[in-house]
Amino acid sequence: MLEVRNISAGYGSFRALFGVSIEVRAGEAVGVIGPNGAGKTTLLRVISKIISPESGQVMMQGQDLRQVAAHRVVEMGIAHVPEHRRLFPRLTVEENLRMGAFHPAARRRFAERLDFVYELFPRMKERRDQLAGTMSGGEQQMCAIGRALMSGPKLLLMDEPSAGLAPVIVQQVFDLVRRIRAEGYTVLIVEQNIQQVLQVVDRAYLLEVGTIKQSGNAADLLASPEIRRAYLGI
Amino acid sequence: MFDSFLLESIINGLLLGGVLALLALGLNLIFGVIDVVWICYAELVMIGMYAIYWLYIFYGVPLPGAVIAAVLAVALLGVLLHRFVIEPVLGTAPINQLLVTGGVLFFLQAAATLAFGIEFRNLGIRMPLVEFGDMFFSFARILAFITALVGVFLLWLFLTRTYLGTAIRAISQDREIMPLMGVDPRRIYLITSAIGGGMAGMAASLLVLQYDVHPAIGLSFGPITFMVCVMGGLGNMLGGFIAAFIFAQFISVGGYLFQIEWGYVIAFCFFIAMMFIRPKGLFSR
Repeated sequence: MLEVRNISAGYGSFRALFGVSIEVRAGEAVGVIGPNGAGKTTLLRVISKIISPESGQVMMQGQDLRQVAAHRVVEMGIAHVPEHRRLFPRLTVEENLRMGAFHPAARRRFAERLDFVYELFPRMKERRDQLAGTMSGGEQQMCAIGRALMSGPKLLLMDEPSAGLAPVIVQQVFDLVRRIRAEGYTVLIVEQNIQQVLQVVDRAYLLEVGTIKQSGNAADLLASPEIRRAYLGI
Repeated sequence: MFDSFLLESIINGLLLGGVLALLALGLNLIFGVIDVVWICYAELVMIGMYAIYWLYIFYGVPLPGAVIAAVLAVALLGVLLHRFVIEPVLGTAPINQLLVTGGVLFFLQAAATLAFGIEFRNLGIRMPLVEFGDMFFSFARILAFITALVGVFLLWLFLTRTYLGTAIRAISQDREIMPLMGVDPRRIYLITSAIGGGMAGMAASLLVLQYDVHPAIGLSFGPITFMVCVMGGLGNMLGGFIAAFIFAQFISVGGYLFQIEWGYVIAFCFFIAMMFIRPKGLFSR
């Protein structure tokens, strides 16, 4: 479904990614794991065209995203739950969800998708008229995921969904990821919480200082001595 | 003792407040969304007034038609202002945006002087006075008040009930992620500029019924508009709306209790005092 080929990217003179290639097949949940500053967020930002890469290409279902304007990437079926959630704090929950359904094809199915998101997150229905910025971190994460689902994506990009949340909420967020997978979405998730994320994805890539160091099945990575030593402290 | 003159001036202040609120709303919208102050905002109003005058007097266009044409023309002017003046300096230091729109102010004043001369011109329409007990109100002011409130209400509906309006409010809260929502920020800025221009055009059509138009007329209500916006908290549309009515009361009632000119002096003193007490605006968050 998604093919990232040989991407190099950075900010100004700083380079965050050096020839990164990854692939996500339809129906899969794929993780990109690695330490802080490895370039994970940059990779997702390149895919959804918040920043342009210096070289390399991103293909979504055979379409080269270089030929797609940044604000049309979402119409290609890619929805991005950004780092730190980035809700519109002074819009209500429902207005945030409405923004997720901005593009014309999504607007036509707004009511149907809103029902779906409220069914997935009954808490959001209770808080529909509350300003998004006044909710707890876990609730905001639900709202951010709901907003992304409102666009009717095929592929969901999730950037550190567990960051900044209390441990008990982190568990709930990963349960959410499982439920979203069960709904048939293809998921690409970027996480520092390696132990947890490897339990919800099929495959994962290990990204370190801008290059893919290792990749494989989640179970194999979880068992890999290097990963256990470097990241899981075992 | 019942003072009907005082009541009259309070009501007149209310009527003036409606027009001030409309003026402030366009400017506040632009600032809140694009983060740019249109220093030349009142000059856009002046161009709108001339457009109505020109169409009505020289081409015999009926007044409603002239008003619609002027609103559209000033909306277009707003789009052009954004596209060709603001956009090139958007990412640069804020002072540049003040300077370029300040430049447009002088350009529009000079252009209007060249095109229309410095004479005071008016439509020559005499609006009746409305008598209520022993109080008299200008029909033009009542019309302006009602139209301004309807305009404010329509804008509010647009901003809260439509996708585009929600996007306009959202973009001021987080610009970078707008493309993730499928929103082209550039398009939103152009639409917002068109609305801001349209509100200036609407204000023009209300003012041209009450005042003579001349190239420097922007100076007589431009500063007040800015002060109303700043007092309400720049970019805070509800704050600006309320501040407009407070300001108008100072001008109107102050003018009645002392002299007309003193009304403005009191209003400006109040403004200066408030800038010390609440520098971010009366209704800052």
